Amino acid sequence: MSESTLTEAPGAHPSGVGRPAPAGRGRSWLRPLLLVLALVVMLALPLYVEEFWLRTGFAAAGAIVGAIGLNLLVGTSGQLSLAHAFFLAVGAVSYVYVSGEPGGLGVAELGGLGLPPIIGMIVGVLLAGLAGLLFSPLAARLRGIYLGVASLALVFIGIHVLNSWTEVTGGFNGRSAPEFSLFGFTFGNRDPELYVLAVPFREAERLWYLGLVLALAAYLFARNILRSRPGRALQTLRDSEVAASVMGVNVQGYKARIFLVSSMYAGLAGVMYALSIGSIAPESFGLELSILYLAMIVLGGLGSVNGAVLGAIFVSALPLIFQRYADLIPFVGGGGLAAGEAARFLFGAAIVLVILFEPAGLAGIANRIAGRSRRPGGRVTEHPPDTPSRSSEPSPSDPPAQGSTT
Amino acid sequence: MTQFLSLLLNGISLGAMYALIALGFVIIFKASEVVSFTHGSLLLLGAYSIARLSEPLGFLLAALVGIAITAVAAFVIERVIINRLRGAAVISLAIVTIGVDIILLTELIRRIGSDILNVPHPWAGGSVRVGDVGISENRLIAIAVAAVLIGLFFAAFKYSNWGIAMRASAEDGETAALMGIKQGRVSALAWVVAGVLAAVAALFLVGSPTPGVSPSTYAVALRAFPAAILGGLDSTGGALVGGLLIGIAEAMAAGYQDQLLFLGRGFSAVVPFIVMIAVLMFRPSGLFGTKELTRV
Repeated sequence: MSESTLTEAPGAHPSGVGRPAPAGRGRSWLRPLLLVLALVVMLALPLYVEEFWLRTGFAAAGAIVGAIGLNLLVGTSGQLSLAHAFFLAVGAVSYVYVSGEPGGLGVAELGGLGLPPIIGMIVGVLLAGLAGLLFSPLAARLRGIYLGVASLALVFIGIHVLNSWTEVTGGFNGRSAPEFSLFGFTFGNRDPELYVLAVPFREAERLWYLGLVLALAAYLFARNILRSRPGRALQTLRDSEVAASVMGVNVQGYKARIFLVSSMYAGLAGVMYALSIGSIAPESFGLELSILYLAMIVLGGLGSVNGAVLGAIFVSALPLIFQRYADLIPFVGGGGLAAGEAARFLFGAAIVLVILFEPAGLAGIANRIAGRSRRPGGRVTEHPPDTPSRSSEPSPSDPPAQGSTT
Repeated sequence: MTQFLSLLLNGISLGAMYALIALGFVIIFKASEVVSFTHGSLLLLGAYSIARLSEPLGFLLAALVGIAITAVAAFVIERVIINRLRGAAVISLAIVTIGVDIILLTELIRRIGSDILNVPHPWAGGSVRVGDVGISENRLIAIAVAAVLIGLFFAAFKYSNWGIAMRASAEDGETAALMGIKQGRVSALAWVVAGVLAAVAALFLVGSPTPGVSPSTYAVALRAFPAAILGGLDSTGGALVGGLLIGIAEAMAAGYQDQLLFLGRGFSAVVPFIVMIAVLMFRPSGLFGTKELTRV
């Protein structure tokens, strides 16, 4: 992160997304242009692309939100958490309960408040945050690795609650998620019927835009956190808690607060997950989900918001694409591997390879390519001068003599 | 009272298995600073190999080969991956082991499918009664074997060259290396021992009263993580205490589940995690873990 960003008013204008290249590069126009181009393509996509890709896109948008949140916790402040699935579950369940209609499902009597979905979404985010806040006194006291294992507990407790609290969660079989709607405009197939340039805008198209907006908002918010005072405090905290507290950073306070923010992100991701699948079930929120999110941020590059986005798209879209094109991809489908298995093998191998050979992940690779294109004919340096130092792997852990102040 | 004693006995035997797994977890952490999330799939690998090999080889040989396979797998993981990352951040190391775990677990679950593989223990499903207190033979033998293994382990840890080297490098890796202790060898051996312990635990965990090897065996291993954590990640004695504590708590919750029904069915599977959180609330480094001291 270059120093020039410090003086920039955070979030003042959308083009602030693209960090202006340091003076003297003479390419400051390219980034905003590319961003605008990308945005136009994204906005126009539903006119051309079939439903499968739009649905995949919405699922990826949900994953992006969740991955950015987890990355703030693991990548930026160095606290390993495997509890992300739990917070996603809190968000999803709150949404379904608050906005769902009460009614019977088989033998189970389901409760529901029937409030507008936007309220359900907000409550989902807030309750996930509250859950994070309740856990954070513990999180703030634990060192990274203890937290990693302790957070496992939340996942299992969460699954147990999902299975047992039938009235709210639908129990073992889960329950369906209400359609999203905003001020009378539903994000469903009808009501109102909508055609844009003679293309019917149905659920997939509408959700695509919703996903786009939410993911973009999540992205900007995270970028701004990282560029401002808390972001720097968190990075110092990750590198050395002792140094951070000596510099006047309230270590416990920041640890607890970033846990809160991260779980709110997870809550929103959970709501989007429920919308994307159309229902919730306990088995979707197991340890596997937490691990997938971890895979996203590791593949993308720990500590990098862009990396989280890339990783989330990769990890969430790959199994769906494998499933759809199973007969075109060797070893997958038919007598070979099932799509999900193939994707899991790939993620596992990718995690190991990334940590072994490219700790900065996809973001690091992208940076390197960008660095190459920036210096035509020039030698590719290992670390371009403006490479954000935080996009590299968290610095070596504190030697045992240091560590938390507990 | 009879029920209580019986549950206690079952809890101790379950706890002994957890202690074996947690011990492996702890010595890996001591030797190579790695929190090994691969342990669950290593355990499943052991259980799977034993179950598959017992048809052609017979039980005893299959058990030995299965344990060897697990140890070799642990050794390979240490050599090929962990050893290259010496000095990396603890979190990166933990994440790498998660990556390995995904690969190994996916393959094992694919092979097991929805079957429940049976391990033909010679003692089968028999049970022993002492007065009114009953326990399955499998669990009783498990206690005996675990006691012997744990005793051997602590003796080796205290007196053997490997144990001394290991404690020295856990205390201060750099100084130990300067004294001529090969860090790589210490770490590799720790992984092998952990693999053996996990496979032995697997051998008994899949016996009566559990039906056999299924993907859910993996979840059992996950419940040993709290044992290691609440005892203190760097304390071998803590792993033993933690294992027993978790085992007894889980067995009690399972035994008295009728009284605990308001907490939902299958509550006993969550008990280890609740105990862990409760302990960590008050002792963030576990019961016997080294407290972090900070010197500025």
